[in-house]
Amino acid sequence: MRLEDMYQEVILDHYRAPHGKGLIEPFDAEVHHVNPTCGDEITLRLVLGSDGSNPIVESVSFDGQGCSISQASASVMHDQVNGMSLSQAMASVGAFSALMRSATEAIEPDEELLGDAIAFEGVAKYPARIKCALLSWMAFKDAAAQVSARR
Amino acid sequence: MSEAHTLDVDRIRKDFPILSRTVRDQKPLVYLDTGATSQKPTVVLDAERYFYEQTNAAVHRGAHQLAEEATDAYESARARIAGFVGGAANDLVFTKNATESINLAAYSFLNATLKARQGLVLNPGEDRFVLAPGDEVVVTEMEHHANLIPWQELCAKVGSVLRWIPLTDEGRLDLADLDGIVNERTKCVSIVHQSNILGTINDVALIGEHARRVDAVYVLDACQSIPHMPVDVSTLGADLVAWSGHKMLGPMGIGCLWGRTETLLAMSPFISGGSMIETVTMMGSTFAKPPARFEAGVPMAAQAVGLAAAVDYLNDLGMDNVYAHERALTGYTIDRLNELPGIRIIGPANNIERGGCVSFVVDDVHSHDVGQVLDDHGVAVRVGHHCAAPTCRRFGVSSTVRASLAIYNDERDIDTMITAIKDAQRFFGVRA
Repeated sequence: MRLEDMYQEVILDHYRAPHGKGLIEPFDAEVHHVNPTCGDEITLRLVLGSDGSNPIVESVSFDGQGCSISQASASVMHDQVNGMSLSQAMASVGAFSALMRSATEAIEPDEELLGDAIAFEGVAKYPARIKCALLSWMAFKDAAAQVSARR
Repeated sequence: MSEAHTLDVDRIRKDFPILSRTVRDQKPLVYLDTGATSQKPTVVLDAERYFYEQTNAAVHRGAHQLAEEATDAYESARARIAGFVGGAANDLVFTKNATESINLAAYSFLNATLKARQGLVLNPGEDRFVLAPGDEVVVTEMEHHANLIPWQELCAKVGSVLRWIPLTDEGRLDLADLDGIVNERTKCVSIVHQSNILGTINDVALIGEHARRVDAVYVLDACQSIPHMPVDVSTLGADLVAWSGHKMLGPMGIGCLWGRTETLLAMSPFISGGSMIETVTMMGSTFAKPPARFEAGVPMAAQAVGLAAAVDYLNDLGMDNVYAHERALTGYTIDRLNELPGIRIIGPANNIERGGCVSFVVDDVHSHDVGQVLDDHGVAVRVGHHCAAPTCRRFGVSSTVRASLAIYNDERDIDTMITAIKDAQRFFGVRA
């Protein structure tokens, strides 16, 4: 069945009870991303700490509106990158972007970097929904770049 | 209107090859997205193929036989398409699409204004298109972006003010302050005939009276009306009427702009180059009369021929019959949606003065997710803001699901959609 392929139970769980939803103060960067084709939007805030000389993702929070895929993806992303070193978090973003190309490219998903986000593999088969899944990850990448550029 | 005859949908469907294909694991295709683009009957495909196989040449150029035949085909198409909407061939301009048609109208204001501000000689009647700072352009709150952004851009560039007619909660124009909105500062009124998102059919004659009273140029976006009901452009009171070919069974890549003769004569071109000129020297050029003035470059002849075949096909069915069929099916769609718990129709939830674009939201299920489940049932609808984001905002939603009907749809298609909506509610756990 195709639908269950895309809407894995873990996705529906995150959609119904999202983690990291609700914007946290204070923050180092705030970004607002939209998907102009469907009107979905996300506001994401990022706090970067450090472990010696390595930047750490101290907190990522978001608010927004959108379909189950975009909202669940933001929740899963929150769980995955919170507490990671920034370089590891960026590697996760890369792994998720790669996962979204996996329907057309031979890509072996990196389960360690992806965590629960591996559940979005089925979304890659629906080109119209890939942007929904990527929305929060691209917002995170943007926020991280803004903080890094300032430091 | 003469007595309508029922359309034979089963026979019509055989004319559309794509409707016999399956989608998503062998599901029959239920196409309810004609508001985005219509499917094409074989006669349209054949007409385009015949043009390329037998008469292909650049029109209005060369003296060889193919050039003559291609030019004849192109100009004959123009006459048939103009006739379909009650217009004369010379008053019909071909464009790339309706968006370009409306931009042509908007740029006529920009060009006239720039010419006036530099003290250049205007065409006879072009002063109607000259905007002073503080002049006003009027649209409605239910415009497709194609009839909103060109006017926003125009106003920003020349210092004019964009105003709009607001909406009632039911999704109709709120005309309470029409006299205040269309006033002596108004230089242009550009409104949609039938909303692509709400389905509302607007009282274009009434608004036209107000526009005429202040001598404002009156522009209509008829993308969703001309394909679905008998429309006579000469009786609408409009200066300019824009629509697209691909929403009325014709090919993509062709749009139309009909204009009153004197209005088109007043307008300066916004795309210039070959074919639209009279005399060219290195010092300057003079321009051809309409419609050639607005058709620079090699035009889309094959698409015009295809669109003329679409018009012939619709004429054979009879636009009265097309309208009656779709009106009955719109009523059925609204009734079935109203029966369902947890559904809200965005736009008139009755079958009064509305067409076959029916938008709705499903409580607690995002439109994208509804669309995905419908797609899984083989049902193609549009989800999103339908290029009418301000309209969505007016109704407090970021997106809707839209079913849009055509001659090849019948009650079975709606029944399949209703079943799929129930499945979406079940899948996302909002209904048993």
